[in-house]
Order: sequence, then C-alpha cells, then structure tokens
Amino acid sequence: MTPPIDRGHGLELLRQMLRIRRFEEKCAELYSLGKIRGFLHLYIGEEAVAVGAMPCLTSEDAIVGTYREHGHALIRGTPMGPLMAELYGKANGCARGRGGSMHFFDAARRFYGGLAIVGGGLPVAVGLALADKMQKRPRVTACFFGDGAVAEGEFHESLNLAALWKLPVLFLCENNLYAMGTALARHQSQPDIAKKADAYAIPAEAVDGMDVLAVESATQQAMNFVRHDGGPYLIEYRTYRFRAHSMYDAELYRTKDEVAQWKQRDPIASFERYLRGNGLLHTDEVEKMETAITAEIEEAVAFAEAGGWESIEDLARDVYTPRQAEASGKVE
Amino acid sequence: MAEFVMPTLGSDMTEGTLVEWKKKVGDQVTKGEIIAEVDTEKSAIEVESFYTGIIQQLIAKPGDTVLVGTVMAIISEEGKSAEQVEAKVAKPVKESTPSPVGEPIVPPPPEPGRLRISPAAKQLASELRVDPSSLKGTGPGGAITLDDVRAAAAVPTKEPPTVTIDRQARMREIIAAAMARSKREIPHYYLSTAIDMGKAMAWLKDENLKRSVTDRLLYGVLLIKAVALALRQVPELNALWKGGAAVQSPDVHVGVAVSLRQGGLVAPAIHHTDKQSLGELMTRFQDVVKRARAGTLRSSEFSDPTITVTSLGEQGVETVFGVIYPPQVALVGFGKVVERPWVVGGEVVSRPVVMASLSADHRVTDGHRGAVFLSAIDRLLQEPAQL
Amino acid sequence: MIKMTYREAVRAGLREALQNNPHVFLMGEDVGKYGGTYACSKGFLEEFGSERIRDTPLSESTFVGAGIGAALGGMKPIVEVMTVNFSLLALDQIVNNAATIRHMSGGQFSIPLVVRMATGAGRQVAAQHSHSLEGWYAHIPGIKVLTPATVIDARSMLLSALKEPDPVFIFEHAYLYPMEGEVDEGALPVDISRAAVRRQGKDVSLITFGGSLWKALQAAETLAGEGIDAEVIDLRVLRPLDQATVLASVKKTHRAVIIDEAWRTGSFAAEISAQIMEGAFYDLDGPVARVCSAEVPIPYPKHLEDAALPQPETIVTAVRNLKG
Repeated sequence: MTPPIDRGHGLELLRQMLRIRRFEEKCAELYSLGKIRGFLHLYIGEEAVAVGAMPCLTSEDAIVGTYREHGHALIRGTPMGPLMAELYGKANGCARGRGGSMHFFDAARRFYGGLAIVGGGLPVAVGLALADKMQKRPRVTACFFGDGAVAEGEFHESLNLAALWKLPVLFLCENNLYAMGTALARHQSQPDIAKKADAYAIPAEAVDGMDVLAVESATQQAMNFVRHDGGPYLIEYRTYRFRAHSMYDAELYRTKDEVAQWKQRDPIASFERYLRGNGLLHTDEVEKMETAITAEIEEAVAFAEAGGWESIEDLARDVYTPRQAEASGKVE
Repeated sequence: MAEFVMPTLGSDMTEGTLVEWKKKVGDQVTKGEIIAEVDTEKSAIEVESFYTGIIQQLIAKPGDTVLVGTVMAIISEEGKSAEQVEAKVAKPVKESTPSPVGEPIVPPPPEPGRLRISPAAKQLASELRVDPSSLKGTGPGGAITLDDVRAAAAVPTKEPPTVTIDRQARMREIIAAAMARSKREIPHYYLSTAIDMGKAMAWLKDENLKRSVTDRLLYGVLLIKAVALALRQVPELNALWKGGAAVQSPDVHVGVAVSLRQGGLVAPAIHHTDKQSLGELMTRFQDVVKRARAGTLRSSEFSDPTITVTSLGEQGVETVFGVIYPPQVALVGFGKVVERPWVVGGEVVSRPVVMASLSADHRVTDGHRGAVFLSAIDRLLQEPAQL
Repeated sequence: MIKMTYREAVRAGLREALQNNPHVFLMGEDVGKYGGTYACSKGFLEEFGSERIRDTPLSESTFVGAGIGAALGGMKPIVEVMTVNFSLLALDQIVNNAATIRHMSGGQFSIPLVVRMATGAGRQVAAQHSHSLEGWYAHIPGIKVLTPATVIDARSMLLSALKEPDPVFIFEHAYLYPMEGEVDEGALPVDISRAAVRRQGKDVSLITFGGSLWKALQAAETLAGEGIDAEVIDLRVLRPLDQATVLASVKKTHRAVIIDEAWRTGSFAAEISAQIMEGAFYDLDGPVARVCSAEVPIPYPKHLEDAALPQPETIVTAVRNLKG
C-alpha cells in the first residue's frame, strides 16, 4: 500500500515523468529525420524508475548509468538544451557532442555516464564508492544497470567486492524483461534478480517499477540503509519498455499483445489516474504541464540546432589531460 | 500541413520500401500512431506518425522504394488547410568524406653529403647509366625519384632549357620530326562524313540550363565522348603500333589536341575517356587545356593517348584531315558546326551539321572499318542523353 | 649509487609512493597477505594496513574497473594485475572505460590510475602464462604505456607515473625481477617520455624495450668482437613513442633491427618499422629487420621455448644478414 502524498510533490513527479516521455518522443522524431544518429535507446515506459529513484540521491552522491540514460540525466538536472545538443553531436552538447546518446556525462552533477558496455559500469561504481569510503566521505554511488547486465561476470564480481569491502553502492537493476531481444527467462537460470543478491550477502528487494510511488519509497529506504550501514543494497525494479530496444528493431521477440498489456500499466497514465482519484489533480493542470514541456523541448531543439560543430582541428583534444609543465615529447 | 517522410531507422539505412499503408486518405491519425509498415534491408518495421491530423494524400504506393527523407504522405494538422503537393524526391545526402586526419611524419631535412635517393631510383640510375649525384630530386624533401632518373636519361643535353624561346624552338623540332616520321611510315587513308548535330545541340542547350554556369558543357565533350564510346565498337582503331604490329589497348585514353599560344600543338590524354561522365570529361578537358598552356602536363599524359581528336571548328574550318601521332593508329577530326540544308522526312530543313573525319593507318584497318567507326560516332551523337 | 635487484627497486618505488601520499593505495591479487606474487609488496600489509594494501578476489575486470572509479573519486590507486595474461579479463574496462571516459565526456574527467603488470616469457610457464601484449596496449589512444627495463627505471617510473593525470600501464618483464643493477639516487626521478641510448654505436641501431634490452646488449658485445658497432636504444615508453630518438639513431647508422618479444605479426615492432620507413626512408641502407617470437604459442620445454623467443644469437644473425 503506497502512502498518501503531498499534492505539490505528486504534481512534480507527474511533470517529470511527462518531461521524460515527451523528450523521448521528440528524440524518436528527430532520429527519423536524421538529426540524431547512431544508436538511440528510449526510456518510454520506464519513466517511473528514474523519476522515483533519482530524487532520493543528494547532489553529493554519484550516478553511473547505462546507454538508456536520457531520463536519468534529465532528472539529475542537466538542462535539456545541452542534452539535445549532445544528441545532435554539437559542440554545445553536455559532452561537447563527443559522446552522443549513449554517453551523457556531467561532472558537476556527479553523473558518470552514459556507458555502453552492458555491465561495464558496475566496477566503476564500486571504485567510486571505494574512494568515498577511503576518504571517509558519506556519499552513496547509485549504479543503474539492466537485466542483461546480470549475466555478465562483472555483475557478480562487483556485488561480491562491494559486499566484501562493505562499500556504499546502491545497485539498481532496471529489469525490463529483455536483454535487447532475449527474454529474461531465456538468459537467466534464476530469473528472480533480487534473489541473486543473497549469494553475496547483500540485502535486496524487488519493486513494481511502473508505480512511481513504490519506486520512490523503496529507493528512499534503500538509501537510508546504505547511508546508515555503509554497505551495498540491491533493488530490482520490475518495469517494461514500450518501444523497441533501439530505433531499428522489429521487435520479433515479443508479441504486440504483451506490449499492449503492459501499456495498460503505463506509469504516467496510472499515476495521473491516482492523482485524479485522490483529488490531487485539477482538470487543466496536465494541459498546462504539457504546454510548458512542449516549450522547453522546442527551446532545447532550437539550442541544439543553433549549436556549432567542433572544428576538425580539435579532433584529437581530450584524449589526454593537458599538462602545463614540461613538453613531454609528442603532443597528443 | 505536415509531411510524413521515409524515416531513417538506423545509421546505415538509405532507403526503404513501403509495404502497406495502415491508414487511408481521410482517416484521422494521432501522433505516435502507426501509419505504415516499411521494409528495410534488415527487417520490416512499423513506423509512427509524428503529427496528429487527417490524411490528405498518400503519395507513395505499396511497393515503392524511396530514399530516406522522401515525402510519402501529407497530413493536414488540425486547423490547417490542405494543399496538393507534388511528390518530392529527396536527393541522397552526400556526406563529404572528411580528409584523413593523421599526423604525417615530417622527414628530417636532408643531410649535406648524403644523397636522398630511393632504392628503386638508385637501381634505375645504375641501369640507365645516370649519375644520381648530378640530379636534382623532385620527391619529398628533395629526394631523387624514378621520374627524375627517367627524365635525366631522356634529355640528351645535361642542361635544362632556361629560355622560353629555346623551348618553343625545341618543341617545333620535335613536332616536325614526329609529323615527318608519321607521314613517312604510316600509310594514311582518309574518310569523312557529315553528322546532324541537331539533337545533340538541343539536348546540350537544355542540359546546360540545368547546370550552373561553371558546370556547363561545351559541345566538344560530346564529340570526345562519342569517339571514346565508338571505339568500343571498332577497338582496332584504339591500338598502338609497337614492334611491327598493332597492339590493341585495353583502355581508351583520348588525346585532345590543344594549340599553344606560343605556337605548337600538344595532344595530352584524358584517361579512361569512355568511363567519364560528361561533367567529369568537361572538368578534365578544361584542366588538361589549362595545364597544356601552362606547360605543366605530366609525362604520362603525353605518352598515354590511344587515339587523338582534333577540332578546328572554332577556327572556321569545315573539315580536318590530320596526321596521325605515332604510335597511334587513328586520328579523328571535327570541323565547324554549320547550319546546312538537310533533308528530314522528304522535307528540306536547316540543321547544324559538323564534318567528322578519320585519318587511319591502313596497315591496321581498312576503309570499311573506318566507315563503321564514323557511323558509330554519328549514331552516338543522335542519342546525346546516352553519352 | 645503490645496488639492488629489479624486484627490490619496484618494491622501493611502491613503498615510497605509499609513504608520500595517503591517497595512494595498492590493490590486486595476493598483494597483501602473500606479499605479492613477485614479492614486490612484501611486508606492506603490516606496514600500511589493509585499507591501503587490498587483496582482491580473482575479479580482474571489477578490480581494474574499481581502480578507474577510485581514481575518478579522488584516490590514486595502483592496481596490480598479476600478469598481462590475466589482464585480458579486464580489457573491456581498460579499452572502453579507462581510455575513453575523458574523451567521451568532452574532457570533463581525468583518470589518474596506475596499473602494473608482469609480462613476458622465458620461465617455462607455457602458453597461457607467457604473453607479451604490451603492444596491444600501446595501440590505444587515451592511456600511456611504460616498459622499465633497467633497475633505475623500475625504481622510479612508478613515481613519475603517479604524477600523470591519465591512466598509465607499467609492464615489468617477469624475467627481470631477480636482475641486479645500480640506482643513482641523484638521477631520480626519471622521465617517462624519452627513449634512452643504452649503448652508443654507428653501424646499426638495435631498437628494443623491456626484457629484450639485455639480449640486445649482449648481442652488441658479440657484434663488437666482429667489428660491428651497434647502437642500442631502450624505448622505455611505448606510448607516446619517442620517435625523435629512434629516427636520429637510424639517420646515423642507416640500419635498424627491432627486437620485440611479441609475435612478429602485428607486433609493436611492426609499428616502429613503419615509423622508421615514414621518417627515415632515405636514410636507410637496407630494409628494417625484426627479431620477434616465432608464430607459435609459447611451448613448455626449454629448448623449444628458447627457440621461440628472440635470443642474443638470433639478434646477432639478423645484424649479420643486413650486411649481406
């Protein structure tokens, strides 16, 4: 039973989920027009996880993400303009356009990617937590990964090491039931992901990832645990992506019926119904939100369109950190 | 008014095939709703509409394969009026290939006393009895190359000509020697024919309207291309006389005769003439003329032509009977394009006509084959769009 | 001048690093209780404690990745991967995270990580424990690669590496650990940017790195007896390569032989050869020669292993062949 909430807070949760949804829809459109290139992995359907979980972190905490990280970056606070510009590959993108969709980074907000190798972020998260522990900083590292990552050796190694060395890592598994085109039951002998944490003596729970309040409540409790205990915790969010894995995916691995079923549990529509049902949402408020969001998106697109391209002369910059001191032979 | 275009669904997708429309004209469609099924190289994908409105026009038909970005349907957005739109075919976006960025390793400056010569050049110098230390290198960092050695071996005098007048006199000498030799050794026969250039000139006019001023074609490139293509039908004329026999060349390199301002004539090759588009030929032709007049042609351009085309039309001459450049076995001449009375369907009309002539080596071909060649040129010029 | 073994030098360097900076810590398999598989961290657990000397589980990918994260988080980790043979399990973290995060983020992050690994063959430990893959690492933009071959470099390169803001990979040839040498304390710290001419010569440039340096020097002695004066260059740093020193040497001698313990095909020696061709083509009196390992997984029996690897005799032969 999820607890009753404050109206302002409820509206904010709804607004942020809508922001992500509309942003992702715009990305799909821009991709079809060739403005965004390469790979594009949309978060549509999973919004409740980022919106419910991210605000449980303080600005001091760190986040390591996957290639399906647009929503996480938005909630963390990176402005939409630089994110859109990054998608365009423009120099005014949050990573100067060098990374694109799968590699959003924001040092000021302790957002360490945007990493594209499945499972590749877990060890990095372990290291960030290790650094905090060694420097006696009471910070938490939240590491997002999908159900696919659970198959990689690094998942097991990282959970083991985090538990062994008692590191403040929040392992957050967004289980959308598919590792690209392979269903969970076809890649895991033990499909109950939360249960795997047992093997590493890590406390864990599974949560309905389509219920933003459930996500929020569980994540807050997990955060409290990690801060208090100092050791890791694992949450498995059971969620679903309504769109294909990436833009070019015929979705031959799941039926339309299944998608339709899950769409009935759309986190945005459900939460809207919940708010209305509890008298927390007035008739025109959603329209107002949509209008404001449309404007924000248009502004972000304009920002991206107006951005310039990095000069080819600067191709080899940011491979190494520039040194002020002695010339060290070849300049990279 | 919103356009539904063929989306790109992946970085390597350039075109897609419409499998079926999921909507009909007049149907309502909402943003996010599936509007069509599209087949790509990889698989069939359902594509969504990004607009809400009424379908006004379905331009693409099931089975059509169109480029990414092509307008496939028109949707009138709520509150906006409808218009008929011509199907716009999107041009494939040419991605300019970035020039390779690499750090070229700068060769160290040449050490005094040590000769910078490549192993291949060194070997050739020894074969041709050229003293490498007497050579000035034109390779990177002043290195001596094969070409430098060859050039040194070819010139009898050691001193390079320094005065322009000397060079001109030298050239006249060379031409004189070549022409005399040609007449002496090659039994020439001559054929000519009048070619109706009506279609070609009309096509050219239309074509040039579509082109920017800098890209416009001269009729000369039509003639050159026709000659190059005609050689495919009579390949014996695309041969070189070597060691007492004609050796057919696998490639067609038409030499174009260019008169030099100081006097003298050169006929450098446009390589693979038959494979160039008219636009490319125009560019090459202009380039070769420019460099011929500047004196910066490459040696390969002199030695590579497999046939020569000379055109004195601008000088006002109607027919040209040229002298073949050995070791080639043919030369094609074109005169001035003149409006002439011409009979078409029993009626006398005025037509632009050019005299095309062939000077050919009788050891290699006879008049019959020469005539077939000229006819081929004529036929090709009647279908200018195919050139 | 202090006499010590290469192993002692590595240990002294590690100890100095740990003493100088509380943010430096050592992490890897058996570095603590065991004292280090090559005894490079013997006694450290007692001296520095378990916070700073961390024995890891056998999880190369995760503890190298944790090194990346710890560096991002403000520490100065020294990650020890027992040997380059096991580093393959961590290649993803190295190639896809350590080398790329700075660039992908548009320059927002630096990763001051040092990774040490033992490398090389010659101890009859067979195919899976005898690789020389430092050339693979030198291929990757975003990291630096060091190959200390002398005792002084073993003593000091680590400390210079810890000053780098970007990931540095140090390859210690396992064969060298017991080797004795001298450390001139006045010459410390060493740079990590230049190659070193270990022997001056005028007839041929022997260009090498790591464990092969000593074989090249031995070959040079033999050649001297035959009237051939060989110059021996120790590359010291594979990335960024000190091209200037190599080219200057070849310009002088006009002959080059590269000695690299990796397999010949696609070896780092091939890269050096290409650079010599590009930069000193006209100064060469003959083609660049390479002495590398035979195209075979390194075999166990001594005579076969010896035949597979570069040896002073094969280097001498290669030089003799240059003269025709």
